[in-house]
Amino acid sequence: MKSTVKKENKLIKFLNSKKVVPYIFVLPFILSFSVLTLYPAIQAVVMSFQRILPGQVEFIGLANYRRLMNPVFYRAFRNTLLYTFFTLLVLIPVPMILAVFLNSKIVKFKTILRSALFIPSLTSVVVAGLIFRLIFAESGASIANQFIGLFGIDPIVWTTQSWSAIFLMVLLASWRWMGVNVLYFLAGLQSIPDEMYESADIDGANVFDKFRHITVPFLKSVTIFVTTISIIGGFRVFAESYVFWGASSPGNIATTLVSYLYQQGIQRNDMGFGAAVGVVVLIIIFLVSLIYLILTGAFKKETR
Amino acid sequence: MKKYLSLFGIGIAVTLMTACGGNGDDGSSEEFEADVDEEVTTGEDIEGATPLDFWTFAGTHADFFVDAAERWNEEFPDRAIQLNAQTYPFDQMHNNLLLAIQSGQGVPDIADIEIAKFSNFLQGEVQLEPLNEFIEPELDNFIEERLDIYAKDGNYYGAPTHLGATVVYYNMDIMNEAGVDIDSIETWDDYVEAGKQVVEATGVPMTVVPVNWYGFWPFIVQRGSDFFDDNGELIIDNETNVDTLEFIQDMIYEHEIAEVSPGGDYHSEEFYGFMNDAGAASMVAPLFYMKDFTEYMPDLEGKMAIRPMPVFEEGDARSVPMGGTGTVVPSQSENPELAKEFLNYAKLTEQANINLWTQLGFDPPRWDVWDSPELEEDNLYFQYFDDTIFDTLLEIRDDIEGINITEYTPDALEELETNIMHNVIRENNQTPEEALSQGAETIRSYME
Repeated sequence: MKSTVKKENKLIKFLNSKKVVPYIFVLPFILSFSVLTLYPAIQAVVMSFQRILPGQVEFIGLANYRRLMNPVFYRAFRNTLLYTFFTLLVLIPVPMILAVFLNSKIVKFKTILRSALFIPSLTSVVVAGLIFRLIFAESGASIANQFIGLFGIDPIVWTTQSWSAIFLMVLLASWRWMGVNVLYFLAGLQSIPDEMYESADIDGANVFDKFRHITVPFLKSVTIFVTTISIIGGFRVFAESYVFWGASSPGNIATTLVSYLYQQGIQRNDMGFGAAVGVVVLIIIFLVSLIYLILTGAFKKETR
Repeated sequence: MKKYLSLFGIGIAVTLMTACGGNGDDGSSEEFEADVDEEVTTGEDIEGATPLDFWTFAGTHADFFVDAAERWNEEFPDRAIQLNAQTYPFDQMHNNLLLAIQSGQGVPDIADIEIAKFSNFLQGEVQLEPLNEFIEPELDNFIEERLDIYAKDGNYYGAPTHLGATVVYYNMDIMNEAGVDIDSIETWDDYVEAGKQVVEATGVPMTVVPVNWYGFWPFIVQRGSDFFDDNGELIIDNETNVDTLEFIQDMIYEHEIAEVSPGGDYHSEEFYGFMNDAGAASMVAPLFYMKDFTEYMPDLEGKMAIRPMPVFEEGDARSVPMGGTGTVVPSQSENPELAKEFLNYAKLTEQANINLWTQLGFDPPRWDVWDSPELEEDNLYFQYFDDTIFDTLLEIRDDIEGINITEYTPDALEELETNIMHNVIRENNQTPEEALSQGAETIRSYME
């Protein structure tokens, strides 16, 4: 009896020790991460060297990667780059300015505005895509064509042209993610001490000076964070393309890297090739994020 | 050293963010949740009934099988089955089935596979049960071309849902206004001439061209050509196909009797509205499209007539079976023998084929039931069109040409829709010859 109590004590002591506790706390995450993410990720790398058919799995070396050198993949890569570039162009400066407005004293109904901006990110992208598809339907009676008609522009077949395809995807993404990014910047704004603005007022700085020399520099860490997740999100784009065109679009105008992965890997039952696309996407995201973080000096802070 | 460690740490962090959702992108995953749209079970109250799972993407198919199961249980009480019919969204059902068969986990006993996906399941070692023991003795009663679509190396793997004979639907109001006698249209040249008459008299285009296989495949098969020949060689860029695509392109840009279908296909909201408003005088589509007419174009009731396809030259087929779902029994089923026998009962027998028409409105793949009294009874489709549908079919029974399906058919369909039809028909910026040989090159690269 005595010994078991002692044993328990020992066990509890062990579990409570400062060296062990952190590991116990992160254990559930580590476990679920390794089973649900790490293992599939490693398996995907292995699969990218295989040809996978029911009852026939064989290693084929680099053949899947060699097949990547085709026009559709390049097109998908180009589309994804363009999409990422334009979403960054919209989704960083605009939310920043909106956040400043929402944070200032001159704007009324802040809560309503904030919710209105945030609600789109709660909607299912499938539902949103359906509505967008109808808005941008090709007939002259669709809302978008009626609207441009006011300016004397002829109806446009939105879903079959290269420029409008990227435009539609960026528009849908901007509409959806605006509120989330505004929230990040709003949070960042809270950390800027009021004294900075007060002393700037005393020095006679105008609104633009204050924005340029106080707000933007203080938001740097938030900006880096938002940009990084936007880059990652941009390269992973799938739903924005899928809701308009499904997995394949006319002339591949809206095929993205991930929709190419889905099309080849799942729909076409070529999982080895799909995995190869996935590995390449992973490497691209890794490199781009790394370069961006090095350029913005994020590592310097870490090592200090 | 510390620097490298932190670099590594950030590397891990980036990977994590990449993997765990970056933008909090929860929307895209919604499409892949394994939600069953609908689940119907029958026979659960029968003791000792063998459970069978059936997967489909069409609720009507589920009802059809449940009805068959009820009749089966009455007829064979000693071999009763408990059928559990599950309906999933289209893409999801095929993806799930593919993954289930690949991994050997959770495979259903019976499943519907749509034709565009079918060849995915014929790759590698085929994991489906051949249905030869049921089909071979009855072969003469079927339109064989329909069965060949689901066959590989002499084994029939799929039980067909319909014949899907391609026909021309004419809007008789417009035809009468233009003074065109549709029975005098025998060749495509006649069709073009009639089209000019229609455009002149009414200002409405004679026909519409969808920018997918509907606007190309039936026409080349009719002339004995295809994407692949009988040996599986790619022939998509042969002379007949180039000539046919030129003809289709000319209908739009040279003779100006056709338009690109609004929305690009036959199944978009734009197209239903356009057609319902008498936007075009006729359209070429398989018989299963009758359902779309009755469901989405109510204003055309009583105005549409169905005729076989015109021909390019004498000897061409008058119709080609298109589209269609094959029902299969995966080899990993726990009761493959019972599943096969039930599938035969539900879809291949004479009674089953009669039910395909009376319950689903599909033209049965067995021609020996086309003149049976049950198919002469009045129904929705006879009211909408007329009651001569099966007379038309019987008339052209020997003039039907089938399609060749290979494991690369999905690649060909994809290339056709993404590039060939887009460039030639919609954008008109490539000649058919250029587009087809360029497309052939792309498809060949998949076949290596």
